[in-house]
Amino acid sequence: MLFTSLPFIVFVAALILVYYAFTPYKERWALLLMASLAFYFFADPRYLIFIGVTALTAYVFAIITEDYNAKRKAYLKANKESFDTDSKKKYKNTTARVTKLLMLLALLINLGILAVTKYTNFVIDTMNSWRTEPLSFVNIIVPMGISFYTFQTVSYSIDICRGTIKAQRNFLKFLLFVSFFPQLVQGPISRYEDLSQTLYEPKKFEFQNVSYGFMRILWGYFKKLVVADRLVIALKTLTESPDEYKGAYVFVVMMLYAAQLYCDFTGGIDITIGIAQMLGITVKENFNLPYFSKNIKEYWNRWHITMGTWFTDYIFYPLSVSPTMLKLSKWSRQHLGNAVGKRVTVYISCFAVWLATGIWHGAAWHFVVWGLMNFVVIMASQELEPVYAKFHGKFHLKEKKGYAIFEIARTFLLMSSLKLFDCYRDVGLTFKMFGSMFYTFNIGKLFNGSLLELGLTSADYEVAAIAIVFIFLVSLYKALIGEDIRVFLYQKYPLFVLVCVVLLVSTLVFGAYGAGFDASQFIYNQF
Amino acid sequence: MKSMKELNKRDVLLPLCTIAGIALTVVSLWYLQRLLVPKYQRGVVEGSMIEEYYDDEKPHEVIFLGDCEVYENISTVALYRDYGISSYIRGSAQQLTWQSYYLLEDTLRYETPEVVVFNVLALKYGEPQSESYNRMTLDGMEWSMSKWNAIEASMTEDENMIDYIFPFLRYHSRWSELTAADYEHVMDKDPVTINGYYMRTDIMPEAVFPDPTPLVDYTLPETSMEYLERMAELCEQNGIELILIKAPTLYPYWYEQWDDQVRDFADAHNLTYINYIYLRDQIGLDMTVDTYDAGLHLNLTGAEKFADFIGQYLTDSFDLTDYREVPEVARLWEDDILFYDQLRDAQNAELAQYGELRSWGANAIES
Repeated sequence: MLFTSLPFIVFVAALILVYYAFTPYKERWALLLMASLAFYFFADPRYLIFIGVTALTAYVFAIITEDYNAKRKAYLKANKESFDTDSKKKYKNTTARVTKLLMLLALLINLGILAVTKYTNFVIDTMNSWRTEPLSFVNIIVPMGISFYTFQTVSYSIDICRGTIKAQRNFLKFLLFVSFFPQLVQGPISRYEDLSQTLYEPKKFEFQNVSYGFMRILWGYFKKLVVADRLVIALKTLTESPDEYKGAYVFVVMMLYAAQLYCDFTGGIDITIGIAQMLGITVKENFNLPYFSKNIKEYWNRWHITMGTWFTDYIFYPLSVSPTMLKLSKWSRQHLGNAVGKRVTVYISCFAVWLATGIWHGAAWHFVVWGLMNFVVIMASQELEPVYAKFHGKFHLKEKKGYAIFEIARTFLLMSSLKLFDCYRDVGLTFKMFGSMFYTFNIGKLFNGSLLELGLTSADYEVAAIAIVFIFLVSLYKALIGEDIRVFLYQKYPLFVLVCVVLLVSTLVFGAYGAGFDASQFIYNQF
Repeated sequence: MKSMKELNKRDVLLPLCTIAGIALTVVSLWYLQRLLVPKYQRGVVEGSMIEEYYDDEKPHEVIFLGDCEVYENISTVALYRDYGISSYIRGSAQQLTWQSYYLLEDTLRYETPEVVVFNVLALKYGEPQSESYNRMTLDGMEWSMSKWNAIEASMTEDENMIDYIFPFLRYHSRWSELTAADYEHVMDKDPVTINGYYMRTDIMPEAVFPDPTPLVDYTLPETSMEYLERMAELCEQNGIELILIKAPTLYPYWYEQWDDQVRDFADAHNLTYINYIYLRDQIGLDMTVDTYDAGLHLNLTGAEKFADFIGQYLTDSFDLTDYREVPEVARLWEDDILFYDQLRDAQNAELAQYGELRSWGANAIES
């Protein structure tokens, strides 16, 4: 069920009705579990096996780990007189080692499932590029949302090992955490400590929550259907015939894709968060005005936030402080000097994060290169920081408003350039197309009506442009006032209702759906 | 539960505004649906034909079912004027056999005619053909189980029932191509037929048609024959005479093998089957002047000649009421005759002025 399909909308509407009208409020989590499993079942019944195994693995290992830790702790407490400092430390180390081993086993199984289902054919494809006798691809299903739910269980297993959360003893409740359907399709990647706070607690009907959620859903559909699915038509034409559309057209691709991806991804997240909010559940925000970022680091703190923090918490930090890295850091400081030495571990950890980010995004080399390009750009800008600071200081640029706009535009263009890897899906072609912007001078073509040959009419461009301006103004409101516009609208409730009506009707009229439009999947579905 | 005193302004405002919002949404969508659906008022008018039936107050003793071979070839006014037969053509473009069946079911919800005349050309289609033709037949039907079943039987692979229930979902993208006619006809539409007859007065002599392509299999599809069977049963159950006809036009080609199968069916079910292709001379058709599109369809003179011929047969064969003698019905027919004459005069005037029709047919298709 696609988010934009009628069965999905009916499914959600029916769920909300049954949830509040017919389900005792203490049992509502059980209804959510049934709905989530049904959602998965209707997508493909086989998916249930994969998600079931992943959930069961994480659940069982968490219980074993926690029980083991509790027993060891109790033993230590009961026999504290018989332990001296050294033996106590040794005892604790043994406990930690066993705990870590249990965690690694859980990760091995769950990441193994992810690796086999999602990356087997990628490995075969890569091997075939140097083999004379190509290996045949395997016919393997990739369960919907496997990257998202695997990462959720991985963070759960690690957090259990770290002792920062308590294990969920009710398997069905844990299964709900793993399979909660709104976020199953395209995230965000929720942490157990966050989601569990509202996922299981009895929920009463709260008019404000339901209203906020409803408007958020409408907003998501508006972005997705009016902008993203409309622009994707032109993008397809432009990227499927790269020889025909070089030079200035590549810039058009950059701009269209920036808008399309933003509206597609944030639209999907809006729908996810909106549904959850209508059900009284708080799901973490995944975006915070990313296109207002003044540098790439800030951009990545605002775009796909839950993924970024996941990689930071579960790859960057553990790697940076691992004994090997600490030894390496010490060694490099001694042999390469303090300036270089302190960077080595950061660089290696950062490299690992971006390599993993690239691979997580998809089983293809262009994603890997995209990830590494982000690494290069972030490291370069970090290294150039002192130069920038000197420059800013000399010309007092930071105090000028115009410079802030320049920084935003620069970051936007840079990130849009990197997104070209995703547009052309071929590393060599992406570099070639990017280069063509600088040696193919065909800007005049953009003004001779050729943009109307990309599958969109002038009316389509006008609708998309008006919608983008509308989205920009709403974002600007949040940037300037610092709060969601729904808060203001809700205070003036008739206006809130009117905006909902306008959003609903305009999405239904101007949305790119139904016959004549391809029901394009949400981009992050594939992850 | 709060007492009345405890209710503050906001407690009242929230539900009231929500209800108002729902009402506003429903009204907006209802209006937009009416605005966005095609109006079929000029050029391609076939999509208006089916719904016009529901506005006609007259009783009908003869109902014609089928495609353009009925709605363009038989003048209902001539049938009335010459024989007093009150008839209606429930015809539509490329009307498939199952659609004819369900239209008959639909008609029986309102009246029970004495005679149903079914044109057999569509028997050659055993599968749903095209969405646009489906729409032109099905959108105009009033909602009933017959419409639901007709849609189910007719949908092509890419179509959905929900798009028929809410045509808005199918036509929403027309927002960028709305014309003045769409706004003009939001609430009511002009009639495009006279009791289902679509008039053309222009002339284009019959051309030489290409030789028929030999077919691998001449068997008429099982599905369409099944629906013909059901049509025969339905007529029998309701005491209606079912007559099968093949209109006197030669193209699209009607194979002898098909003709034999229909004749066998008619014999087996004790029905009348008349292939008017063999009776063109008796009808008096002169295809140098009686067709407007090189022989595919008849024009007004052709349709009147055919109506005269078929009317004679109906009068001779069945005990039909002469509605010219029924004042309340005759009065209604007078209005139709007036419209018929005005339409004919308007088309003739345009022909005299331009040498071709500009407000009807392909020249009138709005872009």
